Amino acid sequence: MNEMTQIKHHLTDQILIGYSAGTLPEAFSLVVATHLSMCDTCRASAQAYEAIGGSILDTETQTTLEADALAGTLAMIAKGSIATKPTVVSDVPTPLRDYVGGSLRDVKWRSVGMGVRQAVLKTSKTATARLLYIPAGAIVPDHGHRGTELTLVLQGAFRDETALFSVGDVEVANQDLNHTPVAEIGEDCICLAATDAPLRFNSWIPRIAQPFLRI
Amino acid sequence: MLKILDRPQEPGAFVYRLPYIEFRRFQLLYQKAIISVVKKIVPQNTWVQHLRRIQLDQDQKAFAELFGYFAPRVKAFLMKSGASPSMAEECTQEVMVTLWHKAHLFDPSRASVATWIFTIARNKRIDALRKQRRPEPEDLQWGPESEPEASDILVLQQEANLITQAMSALPSQQRDLIKKAYFGDLSHSEIAVETGLPLGTIKSRLRLALSKLRKTMK
Repeated sequence: MNEMTQIKHHLTDQILIGYSAGTLPEAFSLVVATHLSMCDTCRASAQAYEAIGGSILDTETQTTLEADALAGTLAMIAKGSIATKPTVVSDVPTPLRDYVGGSLRDVKWRSVGMGVRQAVLKTSKTATARLLYIPAGAIVPDHGHRGTELTLVLQGAFRDETALFSVGDVEVANQDLNHTPVAEIGEDCICLAATDAPLRFNSWIPRIAQPFLRI
Repeated sequence: MLKILDRPQEPGAFVYRLPYIEFRRFQLLYQKAIISVVKKIVPQNTWVQHLRRIQLDQDQKAFAELFGYFAPRVKAFLMKSGASPSMAEECTQEVMVTLWHKAHLFDPSRASVATWIFTIARNKRIDALRKQRRPEPEDLQWGPESEPEASDILVLQQEANLITQAMSALPSQQRDLIKKAYFGDLSHSEIAVETGLPLGTIKSRLRLALSKLRKTMK
């Protein structure tokens, strides 16, 4: 991917360690895996944190297996190979492909008002992943965060009080950030976002609609 | 597979002044020295050759040796992560089956065998214990006509050893905290950002390995 070299906003080490240790909620892992497919800097970091896991495995205590464990394993191996998934040509990175069912064109968008559309992706319930479609120049209502929000740009760009985020960039927002993201003029912006707590809207209209929209 | 010493271009360089035969001999000696170093360090300490034998020859003896070393560790890891003994036993066997079938995906310039098996065991834990899917980044693989350089494999495997050494040098309280995170006992918001481990070199080696791989994929 050519955009790779231009990525300016990366994942935090905390998130990368959580991903490598395997403790993130599925929705966060989806954003991380999609970003890693676009960003070799973060992929290298994640693999370094996996090496810590390898060293723990290597030096940990051992537990005895059943006497016939090896024979049983070889019997399972003899039964056949693991089916490999066919590669599908798509406009999104591989990890996201499984969740959107192919391409961004297949996404079933639902309006959340002010021209902004979203599609909630099916993940485990501890956190929510969604695709956001923000028309060029449109505004996402001013909001804060009760937990962590990861927002990865897939198309176009958005800007908030902190910086400009372009394709491949990821914004990590915590409780201390209140922001009003605005899509840049020129191209509609599509983002993949994950949150582990509902957003905190600073005006009452989106607040009332919130339970229905699962934001 | 091995990068041999190129004939130096600048006049005045030491090797250039030798007659060609001498130069060739020097080159062969150099190559032999590298191979012996790679053989000495890579296979004995790191299981890389075992995986290669499984991948190329479906070698059951190599698999049995790997199994003898890693299966008891994987089972212990899964039990510490909250699996019952019977579930850990079952999952361990499944992890080892996956290792066999995916041996061709192992890239020794990007992971040690222990690290690679850890990722399989971790994914099994997420799948079997937490009942979640595990999104993984896009697969990057060497094409049929390219493979990683021996020197890159060597350095990465050494770096993995250094991490193990650095881990054992940490104060035990800190080491236990890191372990807790990897056994799944800490949520991501509870994980301290500073591990105290020197990870700079392995990160830049991995970054380099990725960029070499990307070049062959174009």
